[in-house]
Amino acid sequence: MTDPGIARTGGRHPAGYGSRPAARNEPASLADILERVLDKGIVIAGDIRVNLLDIELLTIKLRLIVASVDKAREMGIDWWEHDPTLSSQDRDLAEENRRLRQRIGDMEAGRQESIDADGQSNSRGADRHGDVAEAPRSAGEE
Amino acid sequence: MADSTSAGTATYVYAVMRDLSTPRLGDIEGIDDQPVRIVDHAGLAALVSTVALDEFGEEALHRNLEDLGWLETTARAHHRVVEAAGSVAATAPLRLATVYHGDDRVRALLSEQQEAFTTALARVEGKTEWGVKVYADPEIFAEDPAPEPSASSASGPGAAYLQRRRSQRRSREDAGRAATARAEEIHAALSEQAAATRRHPPQDQRLTGHAGWMILNGAYLVDDEAAAEFRGRVAEFGEERGIDVDLTGPWVPYSFASPDQES
Repeated sequence: MTDPGIARTGGRHPAGYGSRPAARNEPASLADILERVLDKGIVIAGDIRVNLLDIELLTIKLRLIVASVDKAREMGIDWWEHDPTLSSQDRDLAEENRRLRQRIGDMEAGRQESIDADGQSNSRGADRHGDVAEAPRSAGEE
Repeated sequence: MADSTSAGTATYVYAVMRDLSTPRLGDIEGIDDQPVRIVDHAGLAALVSTVALDEFGEEALHRNLEDLGWLETTARAHHRVVEAAGSVAATAPLRLATVYHGDDRVRALLSEQQEAFTTALARVEGKTEWGVKVYADPEIFAEDPAPEPSASSASGPGAAYLQRRRSQRRSREDAGRAATARAEEIHAALSEQAAATRRHPPQDQRLTGHAGWMILNGAYLVDDEAAAEFRGRVAEFGEERGIDVDLTGPWVPYSFASPDQES
């Protein structure tokens, strides 16, 4: 009755019930799915308490993320790279990217520096930019 | 139906239907590939599956909701179940992560909320949700601005420059007003063909990847028999110069399942 391929999408399979509109075969975007399952639908307390405020914030953030991560970075929008609520794996990758971009910037600026074997820059310039775990930028900057 | 949850597990609820609809459902897989089951009571049927508490208990859930990979997987699984049900009969979807300590608790939910669920199902019966986002091209809406009343004739190049600058700003503002007015007209026209509507805030222009202004972000609950006409009307708007339309759907009516979501 239901085609798994279509069940995956925002479209529906016409199963002969009433006069259902024909399914659209374009897959629903993750942003549209998340907006609906997180933010719409009947809200019932359930037995397991869920912090709705957190979900609301997440919805707003996700709406930004899934739209275009690359485009956001171009614009200098990269709050998720410093957001403690995102998974550490994402953050490590983002942090590594930032470090590499910083190094490239430093090299292009022609600074004198020695670079350790493990890639850690020990120039004053790197420290000043907070390129160490002990001096993270504050979360919440956008 | 025997309560198939045991220690360390819980019952996850996806949606509610009329129990008469469920024999047509067939096999559906839910979260973590668990089979979707029916818990029925008082003419209603809740679509549920068993989940582990080390994934959906309060602390675990709070942690997992912040894990984007987990969230995507779970959201898609939830959505698949909702859509599979919706393809069969009227369905009132629940928000993600509605979890109970066993099927008996779900039965109690159906009993306590029987009227609300029945009303919700009646509201969405035979109807589909469509999402409509409308974008306006600022440049095109800036054309043919309302002619500005001529101020006292410029008394020098400096004054003339300032006058031109003021005209450009007003033109931009007028373009914005014209676009907004068009959005209201489009929304009104689409609303005429909808049983209910809901408007969402426009999404951030910088991140939608669309160069234009998002002037409308709406959800429309449309009778299935009127769907083709509604989609045709949406397509017509999309043909307008300076207007771009993004239609999504058909959706099970997430936005219209709760009473306070109806406008």
